[in-house]
Amino acid sequence: MKNQWPQWEVFVRSEAGLAHKHVGSLHAADARMALEHARDLYTRRNEGVSIWVVKSENVHATDPQESDEFFGPSEDKTYRFPTSYHVPEGVKHL
Amino acid sequence: MSSHVEYVLRFGDSALVLAQQLSGLVAHSPIMEEDVAIANVSLDLFGQARLWLGYAGELEGAGRDEDRLAFHRDASEFRNVLLVERPNGDFASTTVRGYFYDLWSYLALGNLTQSLDRRIAAIAEKSRKETAYHLRRSEDWLVRLGDGTEESHARAQRAASELWPYTGELFMGDDVDVEMARQGIGFDPERVREPWLERARLALATATLDVPGDSWMQHGGKQGVHTEALGYLLAEMQVLPRSIPEAVW
Amino acid sequence: MYTQMSDGIDGQPNASDERERAFERRLERGVKIEPPDWMPEPYRKTLVRQISQHAHSEIVGMLPEGNWITRAPSLQRKVILLAKVQDEAGHGLYLYSAAETLGTPRDDMIAALHAGKAKYSSIFNYATLTWADVGAIGWLVDGAAIINQIPLTRCSYGPYARGMVRICKEESFHQRQGFDIMWKLAHGTPAQHAMAQDALDRWWWPAVMMFGPPDAESTHNRQSLKWKIKIFTNDELRQKFIDQTVPQAERLGLKIPDEQLRWNERTQHYEFGPIDWEEFYRVIRGDGPCNKDRLQARIDAWEEGAWVREAAAAYARKQAERGAVA
Repeated sequence: MKNQWPQWEVFVRSEAGLAHKHVGSLHAADARMALEHARDLYTRRNEGVSIWVVKSENVHATDPQESDEFFGPSEDKTYRFPTSYHVPEGVKHL
Repeated sequence: MSSHVEYVLRFGDSALVLAQQLSGLVAHSPIMEEDVAIANVSLDLFGQARLWLGYAGELEGAGRDEDRLAFHRDASEFRNVLLVERPNGDFASTTVRGYFYDLWSYLALGNLTQSLDRRIAAIAEKSRKETAYHLRRSEDWLVRLGDGTEESHARAQRAASELWPYTGELFMGDDVDVEMARQGIGFDPERVREPWLERARLALATATLDVPGDSWMQHGGKQGVHTEALGYLLAEMQVLPRSIPEAVW
Repeated sequence: MYTQMSDGIDGQPNASDERERAFERRLERGVKIEPPDWMPEPYRKTLVRQISQHAHSEIVGMLPEGNWITRAPSLQRKVILLAKVQDEAGHGLYLYSAAETLGTPRDDMIAALHAGKAKYSSIFNYATLTWADVGAIGWLVDGAAIINQIPLTRCSYGPYARGMVRICKEESFHQRQGFDIMWKLAHGTPAQHAMAQDALDRWWWPAVMMFGPPDAESTHNRQSLKWKIKIFTNDELRQKFIDQTVPQAERLGLKIPDEQLRWNERTQHYEFGPIDWEEFYRVIRGDGPCNKDRLQARIDAWEEGAWVREAAAAYARKQAERGAVA
C-alpha cells in the first residue's frame, strides 16, 4: 500500500459573489489531477464555478484543546456589536 | 442511404462505440476517482451519440429513433472509425486510444461548427466543449504514463504503436466526405491531419514517447467494414432489446 | 448508500474520565463533534468502522448494477444507470473522505476490505441476473438505504452528517429510476412482467434484511443510539420500509413474496412473516452467491491499477524536482 496519492482538501465556489466553501477531500497525484477529480467528484450537478484544492498537509488549524484561550477573549467584548448601544427614541440613520 | 445520413451516423457511431467501451470500465479503475472521471467522459459521449443518432434518424425519415439505430443495426451498418472499437486493453491502451480520438474529435468538431447545416453546427458546438475537457484529461494521462515509471512508459509506448495504424483512417476522405464538403455541410478530413500530427507529436515528445513509424493504415470502419471486435461489443450492447423487440423499456 | 446496521462497538467507554463527561454533555446538547475534537476511542473506532463499512458498500455496490451498464436496453436507461453507478463511486469517496478525518488513511481501509476484514452490506453478494434486478435494486435496495440514511444526516459526527446530507440529496433519483424501470416492466409485455415479478421475489427478503438483525439480537444498538451515530433502531427502520413499500408493490401490480403479510388496522402497520436470519448470517459469513466474485473484482481493479498509481506518483515527484531545480 505504498505510493498512496496525497490527500487534497477541496473548496468550491458555487456562484460568483459567494466565497469558496470546504466540501471534502480526495486523492490525486498532482494539483492538476486534484482539480480534475474535484470537478468530477464535487461538481457533477453544476455545483461550482470555481475550485480550489489544497494539499491536506498544508492546512494549519487551531487546536480544539486551546479553544477557550483562543476564542474566549472575544466573548465579552460586546461593545463591538451595534446592539449594545442605546439609541434614543426618534434618532434615525444610526 | 443518403450521404447526409451516412455522414451524421459516422460521428454518432464513433461516439457511441467509445462511450460503450468506457462505460464497461466503471467500477474497475485503478483508483476510485478515475471511476468517476471515466463515467463522466462516457456520459458525455453517450450524450453526443444521442444527438447525432437522433438527427440521423430524422434525416433518414424512416421512423428510426436513437434506440432503433443503436440497438437494431448489425455491425456492417455501423459507421464508426476503427480506432474506437479497439478493445480497452490496459489503462495505457484506454488512455492512448482516448487521446488519439479526443484530439481528432476536437479538431473535427471545430470544423463542423462551421457547417451550413445548423443542426450539425449546434451539435458540434456543444460536443466540442466536452471534448476539449476530455482532451485535456487524456493528454495529461498520456504524459503521466509516458514520463512516469519504466513500466508505464513501456506500456504507453506499446499502446501508441499498436493503435497508430488506426489513426490514418481519421483523415481519409471518401465520396461521402467529398459530397458533404462540397455542400458546405462537412469538411475534407485531410484538413485535420497536420494539426493532429503536430499536437500529437508534441504530446508524445513531452511524454518521452517515440512517434510510431509510418505503417499501413487500417481503414474501412466509416464504410461499414469493421474489425472483429465490433461484433462482440454490439452483441453485448444489443442483447436485451433484440430479445424482446416489441418491448418498451 | 447501503449502510447495514450490523455494527458492533469497539471497547467500552470509561465514564470516569472528565473529558468523557464533557463529550457526553456535548452530545446531549446536540453539538456536533468535529475531526480535531477529543473523542473517546471507542466512539472513534466505531465511527471509522461504520463509515468505512458504508463506503465499502457504495464501492462494492457498484458491481452488481455495473454489470448491466453495457447491456442496458435503451440509451436513456444506459445514461441513467451509468450516472447512478457513478454517484455510488462518488458517495464511496465522500464517505472515505469523512472516515479519513478520523485519522485512518483510505488505503488502510481498502486493505482491510481486500483482506476480508472489513464488512460491506451483504445485499451486494446477491446476483443481478436480469435487467429487472437493476429496477429492483433501485426501488428496494436504494429505498431501504434512503430510510437508513436520512436519520444519519443528523448523526453526531460532523463530517459524516455532512456527507450524508450530500448523499441523500444526490440519491433522491436512485430509488425513482428503479421504480420507473419496474413500472415499465410491470406494464410491459408478459415476458417483461414476469421478469419484474421474478426480481421482486428474489430481492424482497434480502432488502428487508438490510436493516440488520432484530433489536433483541443487536447488542450494539443502545450505545450507538446514545452516541447519536444511530438515530432509530433496526426494527423501527425495517417497519417503516415495509409500510411504505407494500403499497408501491400493489400499484405495480406485483406480489410481495410473503404469505403472512397483512395490514394491521390497530397498529397501523403491516405485519410480516418470519425473516430467515440463517440466510442473513450465511451471506455475511461469505457464502452468498457472489461474495467471492465481488471482492475479487475489487482486488483485481486495485492490483491491476497499481502500476498506474505508481506512474502518476513518479511523474508528480519528477515534476516537483524539476520545479525545484528551475
